[in-house]
Amino acid sequence: MTDTTHKSAVPKATSERVKTAVPTPAPAPRRARVWRGLTPWLFLLAPLAFLITFTYAPIANMLAYSFTDWDGVSPELHYTGVGNYTELFTRPDLFEVFWVSGYYLAASVVQIIAALYFATVLSFDVRFRNFFKGLLFFPYLINGVAIGFVFLYFFQDGGTLDSVLALFGHHSDHAWLGTPVSANISLAGVSVWRYLGLNFVLFLGAIQSIPGELYEAAELDGANRWHQFRHIIAPGIKPVLTLTVILSVSGSLSAFDIPYIMTGGATGTETFVIQTVKLAFQFNKTGLASAAAVVLLLIILLVTWIQRRLVPDEKVDLV
Amino acid sequence: MSRRTVLALAAGAALVLTACTGTGGTSKGAEAKAPDDPSKVSGTIKVLTQRTDLVQDGTMKKYAAEFNKTYPKVKVEFEALTNYEAEVKIRMNTENYGDVLLIPGVVKKSDYPRFFASLGTQAGRSEKYRFTDFTTVDGKVYGQSPIGVSPGFVYNKKVWREAGVTKWPTTPAEFLTDLKAIKSRTDATPYYTNFAAQWPLTSWTFVNGSPSCDTGATTKLAEGDPWAKGSDLRVGDTLLYDIVHEGLAEKDPTTTNWELSKPRLAKGKIATQWLGTWAIVQFQDAARKAGVSPDDIGFMPFPAQVDGRFCAVVGPDYNQAVNVHSRHKEAARAWIDWFTDKSGYDKDNLAISPLKNAALPDVLKPYEDEGVKFIELDDTKGAQVKAIDDQSEVGINKPDYRQDLVDLARGARKGSLDDFLAGLGRKWTEARKTVGS
Repeated sequence: MTDTTHKSAVPKATSERVKTAVPTPAPAPRRARVWRGLTPWLFLLAPLAFLITFTYAPIANMLAYSFTDWDGVSPELHYTGVGNYTELFTRPDLFEVFWVSGYYLAASVVQIIAALYFATVLSFDVRFRNFFKGLLFFPYLINGVAIGFVFLYFFQDGGTLDSVLALFGHHSDHAWLGTPVSANISLAGVSVWRYLGLNFVLFLGAIQSIPGELYEAAELDGANRWHQFRHIIAPGIKPVLTLTVILSVSGSLSAFDIPYIMTGGATGTETFVIQTVKLAFQFNKTGLASAAAVVLLLIILLVTWIQRRLVPDEKVDLV
Repeated sequence: MSRRTVLALAAGAALVLTACTGTGGTSKGAEAKAPDDPSKVSGTIKVLTQRTDLVQDGTMKKYAAEFNKTYPKVKVEFEALTNYEAEVKIRMNTENYGDVLLIPGVVKKSDYPRFFASLGTQAGRSEKYRFTDFTTVDGKVYGQSPIGVSPGFVYNKKVWREAGVTKWPTTPAEFLTDLKAIKSRTDATPYYTNFAAQWPLTSWTFVNGSPSCDTGATTKLAEGDPWAKGSDLRVGDTLLYDIVHEGLAEKDPTTTNWELSKPRLAKGKIATQWLGTWAIVQFQDAARKAGVSPDDIGFMPFPAQVDGRFCAVVGPDYNQAVNVHSRHKEAARAWIDWFTDKSGYDKDNLAISPLKNAALPDVLKPYEDEGVKFIELDDTKGAQVKAIDDQSEVGINKPDYRQDLVDLARGARKGSLDDFLAGLGRKWTEARKTVGS
């Protein structure tokens, strides 16, 4: 407890010092004031330039393309108004691919629970805990493309998975990517493997920011590990949990790299983003694809908004 | 926060405006003339290519050195693009897309004059070269393929012999019977789809023209239902369906490996693959590397005969063209002419020569012995077929629908072949109405 109060006290003290320091001298000359106003902007110049060039400008471009019939290369493009959006919403088959996101959504539930479990266990004093932390986080550092290729070998007929199962005496003849259900579960499994580390680190960070005295106090009161988790850890990490859920939902709706590399969307594994990429780069309907991308963005914003309404972000106070 | 949003929006809006208007082709309609005096033409030209392998192993440099013997003042640089289509497509939004490039599939034929310099009139060029109508717009030719390719089955002669098959099958049914014989009498996988690599499946579209032996097969695509009863694509797709449906293809198509399929075919672990003449050289290389005889790599046409003769369609590979914005059009033109006529690129690749008067390559000797008839498809409706294909999202030159077909055949997808092909036909004919003619 003392730990937290101490920490929060430090920045307050400094900010007070700054406040008192500023008004003491007579109003600075105009030039100095201009400089002072300008300084933060000068610092911001580089990041802002990057942000605008690489994030906002492409988004604005995409928005603009979504109102045209551009094919991606021709110098000619025509303004078609909301034509692309009308086409999108009058073609239900374009939204059917969202069922595939269900697999990823289910997988992210598993992922969050597993991450929470590991984070809790490893936040206590366990042998080799740093080793396990590294082990769990490591997959997240690998490039998605590499993961795709590695797992392609993993799921091959007679590949790694089959040989490992054979070691345990199970000789399966299952084509892991062979049917839509099996393929989607396999792919979702890969994405769990990949993103578990990120969730785990977020949870671990949140758990470790809970002051240790609370556990001591709880132990004195006779609480066991489960009680500690239920009444100290769970409420303590709620904001991070909400964030993770939002990230998982938007991640499942926009799953792309692993299914695209491993199956290219074949055998019923096509996600909305893969479909969009195909519209843009296979069928050269850049306009329609841009509209689809805008719609996906809106859907994700909507889902996030609904979620925030259902689970409002309360201020957590453990003390 | 609000101030930042406003700023971003303003910057974004400014960019949108420039993006919408920043296009235009002032040099449209330029011509790349062949130089009169090879010793005078000069300049540095950049040649874009999809053959990353040839650039890396120095083969292209050797071609350039040979080229310099005739054109000493031209410096040729190569740039190999791994993902050629996608990368060039984006670069073509600028003026900087090399001096010589391969015409990507995405560019509409009617846009050729905006992007490429013309190489001459079709009337003039067609006397000497094959495939001129594939790049002709308003009587002018904009590209030239350095090689001709013909689709067909690459097969392992030894395996087929072991299965007791000595003659090329003449009907799809006979082909299936032969594959069954291979399955029962040898250890080889009778057919390999290369499902995961995706693009090998697209070559099934090149069946078009073979079963009917009709030079107007492309026009038929533009004017009718490509999957109508008895049409070429239906014959091809049905054969692919039957191969997979009767268990004559690999066990798990979803995890196939193209690079590994080459040595496996050479060693007789795979019996057959539907590819094209361009693949023969790669499979022979794979055979040499695997320590088996490259002579076992055979090549056969689509199992269909008209009047007792097989029919093989000869088509262009990527067409080379001159960038309309190039500052060294003469040098670029010189490269294309030399590369097409004199480089020996076609012979090195065991390919069909783009010159009309050239003899067939040795690998197609069996074709001559069998009296296979070679035809070239008329491509005047090629642009329209492409437009319908994009509009309908069927993708006859894309892997998706054939992947669905294979899934259907092996039961990973519900439905019947007839319904599936009828569905494709419906999408196609609907799009045909909106695209117009």
